[in-house]
Amino acid sequence: MSKTLIRGAKVLGGEVQDVLIDGETIVQVGSGLSDEGAEVVEADGKVLLPGLVDLHTHLREPGREDSETVLTGTRAAASGGYTAVFAMANTFPVADTAGVVEQVYRLGKESGYCDVQPIGAVTVGLEGKKLAELGAMHDSAAGVKVFSDDGKCVDDAVIMRRALEYVKAFGGVVAQHAQEPRLTEGAQMNEGVVSAELGLGGWPAVAEESIIARDVLLAEHVGSRVHICHLSTAGSVEIVRWAKSRGIDVTAEVTPHHLLLTDELVRSYNPVYKVNPPLRTEKDVLALREALADGTIDIVATDHAPHPHEDKDCEWAAAAMGMVGLETALSVVQQTMVETGLLDWAGVAERMSAKPAAIGRLEGHGRPIAVGEPANLTLLDAAYRGQVDPAGFASRSRNTPYEGRELPGRVTHTFLRGRATVVDGKLA
Amino acid sequence: MMRHLISAADLTRDDAVLILDTAEEMARVADRPIKKLPTLRGRTVVNLFFEDSTRTRISFEAAEKRLSADVINFTAKGSSVSKGESLKDTAQTLEAMGVDAVVIRHGASGAPYRLATSDWIDATVINAGDGTHQHPTQALLDAFTMRRRLVGRDAGLGQDLEGKRITLVGDVLHSRVARSNVDLLHTLGAEVTLVAPPTLLPIGVENWPAEVSYDIDSVLAKSDAVMMLRVQRERMNAAFFPTEREYSRRYGLDGERMAKMPEHAIVMHPGPMVRGMEITAEVADSDRCTVVEQVANGVSVRMAVLYLLLGGNESAAAQ
Repeated sequence: MSKTLIRGAKVLGGEVQDVLIDGETIVQVGSGLSDEGAEVVEADGKVLLPGLVDLHTHLREPGREDSETVLTGTRAAASGGYTAVFAMANTFPVADTAGVVEQVYRLGKESGYCDVQPIGAVTVGLEGKKLAELGAMHDSAAGVKVFSDDGKCVDDAVIMRRALEYVKAFGGVVAQHAQEPRLTEGAQMNEGVVSAELGLGGWPAVAEESIIARDVLLAEHVGSRVHICHLSTAGSVEIVRWAKSRGIDVTAEVTPHHLLLTDELVRSYNPVYKVNPPLRTEKDVLALREALADGTIDIVATDHAPHPHEDKDCEWAAAAMGMVGLETALSVVQQTMVETGLLDWAGVAERMSAKPAAIGRLEGHGRPIAVGEPANLTLLDAAYRGQVDPAGFASRSRNTPYEGRELPGRVTHTFLRGRATVVDGKLA
Repeated sequence: MMRHLISAADLTRDDAVLILDTAEEMARVADRPIKKLPTLRGRTVVNLFFEDSTRTRISFEAAEKRLSADVINFTAKGSSVSKGESLKDTAQTLEAMGVDAVVIRHGASGAPYRLATSDWIDATVINAGDGTHQHPTQALLDAFTMRRRLVGRDAGLGQDLEGKRITLVGDVLHSRVARSNVDLLHTLGAEVTLVAPPTLLPIGVENWPAEVSYDIDSVLAKSDAVMMLRVQRERMNAAFFPTEREYSRRYGLDGERMAKMPEHAIVMHPGPMVRGMEITAEVADSDRCTVVEQVANGVSVRMAVLYLLLGGNESAAAQ
């Protein structure tokens, strides 16, 4: 088996150490380790993190291979420092059967760039009416543990209750896209001062908050855990904080774009800023950062949502919702959380690797950087500064809100079970 | 002057007064036996209408023809747009034919802004109404009408609407006319009051340069002009108000309410009116109601906008 020595890395941003990988495993951590028989990666004080884990990725395959495939999506993930992604179920056909989740799982295995853990739909066809065969998806080769109708809300309270209860039998979790559908008919952007001026249909914060409030109470009532996707408002933070203080088993994620961008950007009517849930206000952004820092929000998840150029090169109302995020997530977190002093790198590792793996019950990822652990690692040049250039993305889509924006940090190496998927910032 | 007209909020006070003064010159042309100027001879203007709006299109068309422009009318129905062609492709196709200006009406808020700021086309873009966002020429013709009636045809030249008290009543939430009027009237120094049931006011209206009231009767006596906005009957199906009759009783303008207005005050409406809903026939047909004047003024104002945006630099009436 091949050996790799990562020399002089700041492990979790702390002490400078060498890390020796043999085969798929970390075999030594220390200083002045011998490089005999090993390929050497000179880290020069770069930050070494556990391989990132994304609990919320849209890989689009099967069905929308014009925007992303499992292969291009996992290449984008590796470029961004990820070693595992959870693939959302809103494909065509919907991942609501054992057959579809096994297909996605197999494509992930074949890609070789990162592990792909399929998410199963909660309801048949994401229609919110009839439970999908959750047990069959769990028992399949894909071993599904996270279920979500993401893109749509499980809005029927009874269906949601049953799903929360049912997945307890096999340690599953329901990840809710919190959006009260009636309150968001025709919604185009955050409802507030900016939408009033722009004449775009409002997506009120209460449409998210009311569903989260209901679902944490349901989770408490039936004794289940529940995960909240892409939490976006200050009010949602308050509800989750209250729920956790009551001992309710709730976890929550925030996207990088909700940590950085606000609805003021919509004044450009450029659909690259159109996303669901929508960009909110400065007050929300600050509340989300604070909540991620204090643990009210558990993790960062990208909601990487690729769309073909024509779906964004049009008028706002006609445009698709969503942004790509895998290749910029760590940079945005560095800017909004690390460089603001809200989190250290150990905190980032917790929120972008350990916790997402724990919520999704994914083994072999999110582990400490220690002897005997699988060598899933990300090396970050945190001193790097550069403008985002979508032309360099590994993703098949280019719908990034950060084009031309200066962001810090660049992933130079990613290791998946000891094998380099990214070397010197380029896909291996 | 700017190159495009997208939002009333983009106009400075001096821009707006120049447009209104130019419109007065254009109005004199309409009084001549031959109502035509050679100003835009050889220039091509396309009226690109993705939404049905016969009155606005005809008004622009009349303005363009009086300035001797070559006019192309494009309506989305029955065109390649209904077969899935995008706004970008439609605009580029028209520009390839050598269009100097695009007058666009679109159901999506921001579509004209997108057309003007993307690299899709080079032509001048004039917003003829986009979604629930803006309808700047409507606001200009309304301001023109107010200035004539409240300041005077000749006395108004060079003047704005400083201190005039203007009340807008009705469906502010879904109204591009309301948004444009609030922006322009504020720029021109008027004091604006919005009256509507709370359901028909947008969240965020508190940041607009306007007062808000839920009670029409309390503001009528303090209004120099009352503009009634159209209220679609279907709105009651989405619970914006309980019934048509209740809306009329609480927010409609009838003869009794009109009598509370000052002697000189006018009643305006952007049309089309829903008689019996927001306005009674008695008010609509009274001398104080300027609906028909607004239509005539619309042609003069649109002539002025086309003339100024397409590079008119001599006095219009001198030609």
